Amino acid sequence: MAQEVEETMKRIQSHKGVVGTIVVNAEGIPIKSTLDNTTTVQYAGLISQLSDKARSVVRDLDPTNDLTFLRIRSKKHEIMVAPDKEFILIVIQNPVD
Amino acid sequence: MNNNNMQYTYTKKRLQFGRQCNFTNYCKVEADIKPNAGYTNHYIQIDPVTQGTQCSKIYSVHEVNTNTATFRDSSIYHSEGGWPKDLNAKDVEQTVRYKRKIEKDELYIHTMLQLLPPMEQCILQNNACNIYEQYFSYMEPVSLIQRVYSRTVNVYRDILPIKRQITHLSWSPDQGNRFAASYCNTDFKNIINDNPQSYIWDVENPNMPCMILKPFCPILTLEYNPKDSNILTSGLMTGQVACWDIRKGSEPVETSLVKFSHRDLCNEVLWINSKTGTEFFSASKDGQIMWWDIRKLQMPTETLVIDLCKTDDQNVNKAIGISALQFEPSMGTRFMCGLENGIVISGNRKGKTASEKIATRFKAQYGPVISLERNPTFVKNFLTVGDWTTRIWSEDCRESCIAWTPGHRDFLMGGAWSITRFSVFFLIKMDGTLDVWDLLIQQDSPVLSVKVCDEVLTYIKPHEQGQLAAITNKKGTTFLLEFSDALTINQKNDKLLFTALLDRETRREKVKEAKNREQKLKMKSLRNTNFETECATGNTKNYEDNPKCLNSNTNNAVLIHCEEDYDNAIKAVSLKELLKEEGISNGTA
Repeated sequence: MAQEVEETMKRIQSHKGVVGTIVVNAEGIPIKSTLDNTTTVQYAGLISQLSDKARSVVRDLDPTNDLTFLRIRSKKHEIMVAPDKEFILIVIQNPVD
Repeated sequence: MNNNNMQYTYTKKRLQFGRQCNFTNYCKVEADIKPNAGYTNHYIQIDPVTQGTQCSKIYSVHEVNTNTATFRDSSIYHSEGGWPKDLNAKDVEQTVRYKRKIEKDELYIHTMLQLLPPMEQCILQNNACNIYEQYFSYMEPVSLIQRVYSRTVNVYRDILPIKRQITHLSWSPDQGNRFAASYCNTDFKNIINDNPQSYIWDVENPNMPCMILKPFCPILTLEYNPKDSNILTSGLMTGQVACWDIRKGSEPVETSLVKFSHRDLCNEVLWINSKTGTEFFSASKDGQIMWWDIRKLQMPTETLVIDLCKTDDQNVNKAIGISALQFEPSMGTRFMCGLENGIVISGNRKGKTASEKIATRFKAQYGPVISLERNPTFVKNFLTVGDWTTRIWSEDCRESCIAWTPGHRDFLMGGAWSITRFSVFFLIKMDGTLDVWDLLIQQDSPVLSVKVCDEVLTYIKPHEQGQLAAITNKKGTTFLLEFSDALTINQKNDKLLFTALLDRETRREKVKEAKNREQKLKMKSLRNTNFETECATGNTKNYEDNPKCLNSNTNNAVLIHCEEDYDNAIKAVSLKELLKEEGISNGTA
């Protein structure tokens, strides 16, 4: 099973335009990352805050609802965030080229 | 608890309480002060007595202010954290071990297996097609069709009870947050100019003028020095000119001597472009233009008399009154003046004789030229306002104007170009309406016509930044109007388009001019040949009956000469025409 996770992550990383993959736990600690340390820490800290906020927004609007996915489109790339209770998966992709 | 014991018995007999009161009269002198007769000597009677009373309500001044919220900038330093307490985050080995432990965790594997497939799908989606593609990126964003409108921002009323006409306005040169207005009744038949004061207004405060200028006689025109916002010059009703420094008070600093000044009221004053910034020139209804220097204001530095018949005679009696004056700082020594008989003179101060100075003439209007304005961008083109029409002229084309407005129903009182948008000009009319024309949008009617007030409008002065314009009326009220962006901002191609429009109109007029000249020559020649044939056939007739024929016969040599001249002229004109047509066809091709 652990093997399967590894393989999938590798496959994701090999997709076109993918800049980096980060897995962050609930405390904001980057568990796995393909980026350098400072960038990873920055992403981990900021994105976990943002996804917490986004989740609370969705829940405030409708308590029966929940956040499942977050896509942040920027000028340079897209940050895709798949949040879960314990872990957050962040993928940064540059889909233009 | 011993609640029951907490009581106190109060005993009083019935006759001791609840009795009725018995009031009785009681008389006793507490103190007795006898009048002192000696004091009456000190008593002073005042008659009459002044005492102030107030019948209106008394108000007191209170100030209330809400608590201001104070803000403070603060920042947070974000550092890495969240590790378990017993783990040293700085120790790489420990953290790696911790991470590996989590990676082996069942929950982690479970979660990741759930999270990864949708993520992969998103990535594939992004790669499959560019969902954020901009389809019309090659198209340039074009501004929406702008509405043309105006809005009255402020109204500045004369603070005096007797309302006087405003004859002139001038915006201050620094940002234009003030304007000087000259108040003067020009109805000279029943002069009630009891108060000659004029005002400088602050744009922000319409309640009170920012400064009151107190000359000894009414000011007809007041003009800010373009280089110094403290110095003004003015033309007075006595024909004198005066110079003001608003730092020195509300009296004129210096006034010209009556014997060297204009002989009629001085209605136009303009600063000229000198190095010292102290020189200006003035014009008057007596037909003289005088140049002055405020450092030596007693007498003019130069005088020019507009005598159209014998220009070099400089006879003031035959001069024609000047009703409009124009100076363009970028054109150095050139100036323009509009006369009361409708002629516009484009002069040059550098001319050696008076006739050279006023060489160029335009027959502009049928009545007095009320306004004369060069286009701020296309200085070769100017606008004249008079009688019922407005005409636009090009300096190249002297015989006729290149564009004109259809005759208005009401008398025109003034006009001005917009400072920023070069195809826009404003016209004010006697019935209180303001017409805004935009030559690029439509040439046959104004794009905007606003009724500013019911009174006669007297003067308009656009603000240098383009959006505002001050308009005055006969009752001494100034209206500050704001125009929409469509009337103030130039579009990208407007300069090219307007240049083309002006060129086209100028060319058309020139072609017409040439045609007219040709026609005239043809007519003349026809007449001449008629005479000749008449003379040839009617030789036998008695010459006394036909003195013209006799004349022509005797002047045969002159006639032949004329004919030759005419032939040459025709050839030259037709050649020119040909060339021009070629040029035009080339241009259009």
